[in-house]
Amino acid sequence: MSVLELCDVVKRYGAGPTEVVALDHVSLAVEPGELMAVMGPSGSGKSTVLHLGGGLEAPSTGRVLVGGRDIATLAPTGLAALRRREVGFVFQRLNLVPSLTAAENVLLPLEFDGVRGREAARRAGEALEAVGLARPHDRFPDDLSGGEQQRVAIARALAGRHQLILADEPTGSLDTVTGDLIIELLASQCEAGTAVVLVTHEPRYASWADRVVFLRDGSVVDEAAPAPPPERALAAPASAPGR
Amino acid sequence: MHTGYVSVRLGLLALLDDADMYGYQLKSAFEARTGGVWPLNIGQVYTTLARLERDGLVATSTRDGNGEGGGDGGEGGRTADDRQHVYSITAAGRRELADWFAESPAEGPPPRDELIAKVLLAAAGGSERALGVVTAQRTALFAALQARRRALRAARAAENGGGNGHGAGDGEPEAEGEAGGDEALAAALVQDALVIRAESELRWLDQCEARLLSRRSAGASTRRST
Repeated sequence: MSVLELCDVVKRYGAGPTEVVALDHVSLAVEPGELMAVMGPSGSGKSTVLHLGGGLEAPSTGRVLVGGRDIATLAPTGLAALRRREVGFVFQRLNLVPSLTAAENVLLPLEFDGVRGREAARRAGEALEAVGLARPHDRFPDDLSGGEQQRVAIARALAGRHQLILADEPTGSLDTVTGDLIIELLASQCEAGTAVVLVTHEPRYASWADRVVFLRDGSVVDEAAPAPPPERALAAPASAPGR
Repeated sequence: MHTGYVSVRLGLLALLDDADMYGYQLKSAFEARTGGVWPLNIGQVYTTLARLERDGLVATSTRDGNGEGGGDGGEGGRTADDRQHVYSITAAGRRELADWFAESPAEGPPPRDELIAKVLLAAAGGSERALGVVTAQRTALFAALQARRRALRAARAAENGGGNGHGAGDGEPEAEGEAGGDEALAAALVQDALVIRAESELRWLDQCEARLLSRRSAGASTRRST
């Protein structure tokens, strides 16, 4: 079963003469363990795909299925639970809480989800280790470099052990060495079975993907995948955050 | 005088600058040093050596019996000849090599790149056609780049002893031995170059797409306003 499925989705913003069609009959499926990159010029609908996939917005027509469930059928509490439990977000703007330390930022969504005390602290610590954040982990976002902040944001997405991670330009303003590391981290999550949708305009990072989907004017114009199919099924299961 | 591509001639001089070698050793060393991407024909090695010798850039000496490098031969009848001729670089050869390392790439018109030509010629036939070409070229280039990335990752995972290869740091195994390390470095440098070249072509295609789209919408709005 696909982790995320968009079935003939149309998304319009506005109405009448100012109406913009962000997605125009798009169908996509993301499988467990797959790293899918979405590329396209600005305004092509890349971010809309992520917003729909994360249940942040609803399609105008068509269906969005996360883990096989149509998000249109979920009550607001169900939708909130889905966003929290099943989907991890890594945004270009990091959305770290400035008054919380790195570790607390990672802990926060775990606590919302009922993971408490030692278990939560252990998972947060493991996730921060996995992304290679230098200690101490009780530093505040303002004291971290851009790359470190992005690592925290990714750790936060990893700690929740989601089946789907949606990443919007996660390499934003990072240098290429740090950017590579961030993408490699996401790719290693896929080896553990997580599906990742990566929006990027950098071929460098998109080339890590199993599949690259190109959008233009709200439609999928093409897909690129290397000749041999992915062999994720053979990957070792023991690759949760940490070692 | 050096045009466009690196000649085997300079490659062999560079190798001989490090150590005297037999013909077959030169072939293997050239391939190892260049990451295995430019396989050499042994015949080409001997003709090049003959020319280098004629030009006074290398000298040969004869060694009898199995030289120290003898373990290397054994392939297809070349050994008899091999055993006798050891090549070494001359002072003139060293000068030639130093000049080449110091020389900067020649300025001139850009090479007639096939990808650039395709897009330019398609653009003359209208935005839609050019966008089609850009899309097709980009997809093909991407697939090749993805395959290369995948091969790189697999190689790295194998190198790291089958671990799943994540975690911080580059964790290069150090106990590889100098020669093996050199070869791995060469291979990594070549792969980097190929990946970066593909990236730059992809980036250019994205730029083409953006320009073509903005021209198309500018065209559409002038049409609407008239």
